Amino acid sequence: MRHIRLKLIVFLLTLPGFLNIALAQDVMMVRSSLRFPEAMAALQNSVIAHKYTLSRIQRVDIGLTRAGYKTDRYRIVFFGKQPELEKITDRHPQMAAFLPLKLVIFAEGDETIIVALNPLHYRQVVDDHDMNILYQRWANDIRSIMDDVSHAE
Amino acid sequence: MVLKIIFNILFLLIISSTTLAAPDGKRLYSRNCAACHGNDGMGGVGVPLALPGFIESVSDRYLFRTIRHGRPGRVMPAFSDLSDAQVEAIVNVIRNWSGKPAPVFLQTKIKGDVKKGKDLFKQHCTACHGMTGEGGTGTGVTFSRPRKLPIIAPAINNPGFLSSASDEMIRQTLIKGRLGTPMNSYRGNGLKEDDINDLVTYVRSFERHHPVKKAAKITDYLSYESSENMEDTLIAVKRAIRGSNFKLIRIQKFEKGFVKEGQEDAKKVIVYFCNFNMLDRALKIDPRVGLFLPCRITLLEQNGKVQMTSINPSAMSKKFDNDELNKLCAQMTRMYKDILEEASL
Ligand code: HEC
Ligand code: HEC
Repeated sequence: MRHIRLKLIVFLLTLPGFLNIALAQDVMMVRSSLRFPEAMAALQNSVIAHKYTLSRIQRVDIGLTRAGYKTDRYRIVFFGKQPELEKITDRHPQMAAFLPLKLVIFAEGDETIIVALNPLHYRQVVDDHDMNILYQRWANDIRSIMDDVSHAE
Repeated sequence: MVLKIIFNILFLLIISSTTLAAPDGKRLYSRNCAACHGNDGMGGVGVPLALPGFIESVSDRYLFRTIRHGRPGRVMPAFSDLSDAQVEAIVNVIRNWSGKPAPVFLQTKIKGDVKKGKDLFKQHCTACHGMTGEGGTGTGVTFSRPRKLPIIAPAINNPGFLSSASDEMIRQTLIKGRLGTPMNSYRGNGLKEDDINDLVTYVRSFERHHPVKKAAKITDYLSYESSENMEDTLIAVKRAIRGSNFKLIRIQKFEKGFVKEGQEDAKKVIVYFCNFNMLDRALKIDPRVGLFLPCRITLLEQNGKVQMTSINPSAMSKKFDNDELNKLCAQMTRMYKDILEEASL
């Protein structure tokens, strides 16, 4: 029995490495070798495949260019699930400032960068059991969306 | 019994696949570094690492320690959770881009004249590295918007840099420069051996001038209660935005895009506004700031009371570990507060 327990501990210790879980960072970031339009298409497909509604795409570059500033393509993708958003904003109005969720996508030469705030960070806004479960799911989904885009061809 | 067998199998599986196997440097690099430094080390938010002018003038010790300590306040994270073997594996990936053996530098101190070094620094270095070696504004390489220097001048007063680079490595950097980057050779630029030693001594003296920053606890959002109903609060917010340095962009229901048009909850509203000059400056400092853009105030009406909420730019900025961005965000926070306060009157 002692042996088993020892092995269990070793097993648990090695688990993160085995499953390839990156330690929590505040800003999640991934590079795609796709050009911007293709990466953007892959991103939108993946957000929808993860069962989120894509509510809006903010074209930051267009606004900047019109105002006379030079920039390459830069967009913000807003997404979420309506029942969740409704419940959260009713219960925790302060969370509304951070929702819907968003992914930032910008061109870097022939490649594309995607950035998101790690939702686990919202523990600093509301820290309760239900919300923590939700933050974790958001974080997993965003990681999975980023993986999709970085592997898309 | 069965349990024991299962554990034994799992145990062997895990041990053989993770602990004993040498860390996969390429995979570690691509997970931890590529997003910023590029898949092939040509730079991005991070500086280029694959240029021969760089690799051939830094030691493995320097790379190892840079990965461990990061560059606090300059975006480059400290990778304290990686094992020594993992960091070494990453160092090997970078080293292999050059194919040449790693230079090794003496660890002995170089003793020059700090005062003379300071004068020389003012004359030759501040244009790029800043008055006190704090580095240029922005991140690594600029792809997306125009900038003066193609590669950012690093912060050479940074504790992460100073604890990684030996005096001799800094000396060699000044003598040879870094071919293919804005960092020139200074021997070819009229400086003598002694001058170079004075400069090294001055750069080393930055180690002593590091103010310890106290991290004040700040909330992640700003929230103000309005004394008016939704309609009048909206008018007050619009007026406050127009009276500030921002341009009103759009007012929309929070649920827009999530429910059928016309069915959105009228008690949840977002007001978007922007200052393009500030936005452009922010993106030049760190292209990732879109994460807390566009500027907005969210209005929620509950039990007859309207609450106005926004993010706190200063709190968001902390996530980026970028001192320059912190300064701009402190300014933004003041502007947000002014608008919210004005609107709540
Ligand atoms: C979030 C972006 C980011 C990530 C992730 C990142 N870096 Fe950096 N790195 C930077 C920036 C920005 C600098 C320049 C710092 C400065 O300007 O002072 C830098 C500087 C460096 C330097 C010093 C370069 C020089 O000229 O001396 C090395 C070496 C380095 N990074 C290696 C790595 C490695 C290896 C990894 C992965 C383990 C990594 N970085 C991850 C952004 C990043
Ligand atoms: C024209 C702009 C410019 C000037 C002037 C300049 N540098 Fe640099 N310096 C750079 C850039 C850019 C780099 C980064 C090169 C790279 O990407 O490898 C750099 C790198 C360095 C490094 C290595 C830092 C690191 O993190 O890798 C040191 C040390 C340094 N410079 C010191 C000096 C000193 C001392 C002077 C004055 C004698 C000076 N530099 C003048 C632009 C400049």
